[in-house]
Amino acid sequence: MRLLRIVPDNTRFRFVRFRRFSFPFSALVSLATAILLLTAGLHFGIDFTGGTLIELQARNGQGNAAQVREIAHGFGVGEVEVQEFGSEGGVSLRVPVQPGGEQAQGAVVQKARAAFDKDYEFRRVETVGPRVSGELVQSGTLGVVLSILAVMAYLWFRFELQFAIGAIIGTMHDIVLTIGFFLITRIEFNMTSIAAILTIVGYSLNETVVVFDRTRELLRRYKSMPVEELLDLSVNSTLSRTAMTATTTALSLLALVLFGGDAIRDFAVVMLFGVIVCTYSAVFISSPSLIYLGVKASNRVAAEADQGAVKKPAARTGPAGAAP
Amino acid sequence: MLRYSTGKIVAILALTFLGFLYAAPNLFSKETRTAIAAATPSWLPEWILPHKAVVLGLDLQGGSHVLLEVDSNDLIRTQVATMRDDVRRILREQRVTPQGGITTTPRGVQFRVASDADREKVLPRLRELAQPIGNALLGQTGTQTMEVTTGDGGLVQLTLTEAGVRDRISRALGQAIEVLRKRVDQLGTTEPNIQRQGADRILVQVPGLQDPQRLKDLLGKTAKLQFRFVAEGGGSPGEVDMLPSKDNNGQPVPVEKRVIVEGEDLVDAQPGFDQRTSEPIVNFRFNVRGAQKFGQATSENVGRPLAIVLDNEVVSAPRIINPITGGSGQISGRFTVEQANDLALLLRAGALPAKLTVVEERTVGPGLGRDSIEAGKTATYVATVFVVLFMFITYGLFGLFANIALIVHVVFIFALMSLLSATLTLPGIAGIVLTIGTAVDSNVLIYERIREEAKAGRSIISAIDAGFNRAFATIFDSNSTMAIAALILFLLGSGPVRGFAVVFLLGILTTVITAVTMTRMMIALWYRIARPKQLPF
Repeated sequence: MRLLRIVPDNTRFRFVRFRRFSFPFSALVSLATAILLLTAGLHFGIDFTGGTLIELQARNGQGNAAQVREIAHGFGVGEVEVQEFGSEGGVSLRVPVQPGGEQAQGAVVQKARAAFDKDYEFRRVETVGPRVSGELVQSGTLGVVLSILAVMAYLWFRFELQFAIGAIIGTMHDIVLTIGFFLITRIEFNMTSIAAILTIVGYSLNETVVVFDRTRELLRRYKSMPVEELLDLSVNSTLSRTAMTATTTALSLLALVLFGGDAIRDFAVVMLFGVIVCTYSAVFISSPSLIYLGVKASNRVAAEADQGAVKKPAARTGPAGAAP
Repeated sequence: MLRYSTGKIVAILALTFLGFLYAAPNLFSKETRTAIAAATPSWLPEWILPHKAVVLGLDLQGGSHVLLEVDSNDLIRTQVATMRDDVRRILREQRVTPQGGITTTPRGVQFRVASDADREKVLPRLRELAQPIGNALLGQTGTQTMEVTTGDGGLVQLTLTEAGVRDRISRALGQAIEVLRKRVDQLGTTEPNIQRQGADRILVQVPGLQDPQRLKDLLGKTAKLQFRFVAEGGGSPGEVDMLPSKDNNGQPVPVEKRVIVEGEDLVDAQPGFDQRTSEPIVNFRFNVRGAQKFGQATSENVGRPLAIVLDNEVVSAPRIINPITGGSGQISGRFTVEQANDLALLLRAGALPAKLTVVEERTVGPGLGRDSIEAGKTATYVATVFVVLFMFITYGLFGLFANIALIVHVVFIFALMSLLSATLTLPGIAGIVLTIGTAVDSNVLIYERIREEAKAGRSIISAIDAGFNRAFATIFDSNSTMAIAALILFLLGSGPVRGFAVVFLLGILTTVITAVTMTRMMIALWYRIARPKQLPF
C-alpha cells in the first residue's frame, strides 16, 4: 500500500531567508491590527460590556426579525440589536446595560417574555450586570498575561532565555493576528474568545517548542554550522510533523465548524485561524527570530569552551564545556 | 526496551479496561444508572461497578445560572437603623435626653449628653449592645461587633467595627444560602446547586427550568416567620389553625390565628448556653416594635406555650417562663448543640438578611441544550473519522496503533471526568474535539522521529527505540506548555469556559499515557510477532 506523505522527505527549503518578507509582513499586519483595534474596536459580547442577550426561536419555524425589532424598540430600553441566525427561525436580541444598577437589567427579560413568549421559544437568556462584566474583563486580561508569563518562565527554565523570548515573540504575534481576525470578521469577543486565545497560546508554544527542541539538539550536534543553516535544518527536519499535526488539528476543528452548531462555531472558526497562524509563525517568525536573539553568541561560547577542553584535557579538571 | 514484560502488558490492559468500565455509565440513561447503583449488593465495593457519569453543564441540559449579590450597603443601613432604635430605647428607659437628638454616621450613630452622670448611666447599657464576633459555641475571636467611644462635649459614638461588618456580611451570606436552599428545594427540580462565591455572592444553579422568572421571584422573596400562641383550650375553629409540627411526634398543633410578632421584627438569633443549666439554647433579639409587642404579649400570658411558626410549620412551642420585655429572650427545649445551632439559623433565616440582587443570569432552554449535545456528538464522530482516516493513510499499521490509542484516549477523558464528577459543557465538547486533533501529535512526533532514525541508517528496532526516546523530551515540553495555558484557564475561568479547561487538561494528561505507553506496547508486540524487516510507513 502506498501511504500518503503530505511533505516530501529531505526537504531543503531556505525558510529563514523568508524572514525578509515574513517579518515586514507580520509587522505590517500587526500594525494594521493595532490601528483597527484603536479605531473600530472589538465587537465585545455582553460578558464584557454587560447587558442582556436573548435568543429566540420561532415556534412555527419562521422568525420575523423586523417584527421583533419593532416590538423591542417599544420597550424603551435603548438601542436593541436584533439579528436573525441559524436556519430555523432564530432571532437574537441584544440589549445594552440599563441605567439604574443591577436590578434594572432583570426588567428587560420580563418585558421580552411578556412580548414574545407566545410566538417564540426562549432558547437562551443571558444577563450580565455591569459589575460582573468589569470583573470578567479583569480576569480575562489577567489570564492571557499570566499564561504568557508562566510559559515564559517554564521555557526559560527548560531552554534558555533567547529561546523563551523567541517563543514569546511568536506567541504574541499569534495573539495579535487572532485579535486582528476578530476585528475583521466582527466575531463577538467574549469569555469563550479568551478561552480560544489561551488555547492558541498553548498551541502556538507547542508548535514553537517542537522546532526549538530540534534546534537545541542540532546546536549540540553541529557546533560549527552557521546559525541560519542550522535553523533551516531544524525547520526542515520537523516539517512533516508540523504539517501532520496542523492537518489533524485543522481537520477536527473543521468538523466542529461544520457540525458543532451555532453556539460553538465562532470558537471553532477562530481556533482554525489560530492553528494556521501558529504554524506560520513557528516556521517564519519564532525560528528566524533566534538569529537576532543571540542564540549564536551564547552557544558558540559554549562550543569553544568545549573545544578548548578537548584540546587541553589535562589542563582543566573542572566541568568541561557548558553545553546546555 | 522493546521487550515488554507480561506484568507491564497486563497493567496497561487493566488500566484500559478500567477506563472503559468507568466511562461505560455515560452510555446509560440516568434511570439505568440509578438502578445499577441500587442493584449493586452492599458488600460489593462501589469502584467495581461504577455508576457515575459526567455531569452535564447547564448549557447542555438546560437550566438557569443566577448569581446573586448581598447588598452590603443595605445590610449596614439596616444595622445602623437597628442600632439607632436600640439607642433611642435605652436613652428613653434611662430618662436621658440627648442634645440635638441622635444622628447617624455612615457606620453608626452618635449623640451628645452634657451631664456626666447621665452619660455614665447609659454607657454600660450601650456597651451591652455590642456582641462578640464568632459563634458562642465554637469559640470567639474577642472582637466586638461595635465600639462605643466617647468624645469632647459629651459626645457618645457607636460605630460598627470593620470586622463586625465583614462578619455580618459573611453571616448574612450563610443565612441567605440556607434560606435560598430551602426555597429552591421547593421547586422540586433535581440537583440544584447553591454555593457561596467570593465574599458577598451566591451562585444558584438550577437545571431543567423552563421559566427562570419563577426562580428569580422565589429567590427574591422573604420567608414568613411568626410567633403565635398555642390554643390550649381548643378555641373556635375560626381562630385556630391546625399546623404540622416538627416535634410532638408529627402531630398537628392547634395554633391561634393571631400573630404576636413576625419574623421581620426579629433582628438576630444566636445559639448559646443557658447560664444556670448549661443547656444549649437560642438567644433571640427583636427590634423595638417587636420587643414591645412581644413584651406585652408574654407578660399577659406567662405559662402558655408560644409556637414558633416557620412557613406554616411549628418549629417548636416553648412555654413562657417569664415575661420577656427587654427585646431579647431565649428558647430552651432540650436541644443538642446542633439543634440549637439549627434553630438559631432557622430563626435568622426567617427573613433574608439583606436585599439580594441578581448580578448575572444565564439561562439555556432545554431545546438548545439538546441541540448542542447532538451537534457536539456529530462533530466528535466526524472529527474522529477524519483524523483516524488521515492517520491510517499516512502511517498504515502504525496509524492504526495510533488510532486505537486515540479511541482509548477519548474513553479515558470520559472515565476521568465521570470519576471526578466533572462537568461537561459545550466548550468542553469543543475541547474533546480539539484534543482528538492534538492527541495524535505525540504519535506523529514519535513516528516522524522513527522515520528519520531509520533513514539515518539505524536498524528497525533501534530506530523505533531511538524514536520513542528522543521524541519524549519534545512531547514533554510541548505538552507542558499547553498544560500551563490550560491550567491558567481553569483557575481564572468560570462555568462553561472552565469546563473546556478541565477537558483540555485531562486530555493532555491522558494523551501522554495513551500515545506514548500504549502505542509503544502495541509496536513492541507487533515487532515480537511479525519480526518485520522494514518499517510499514
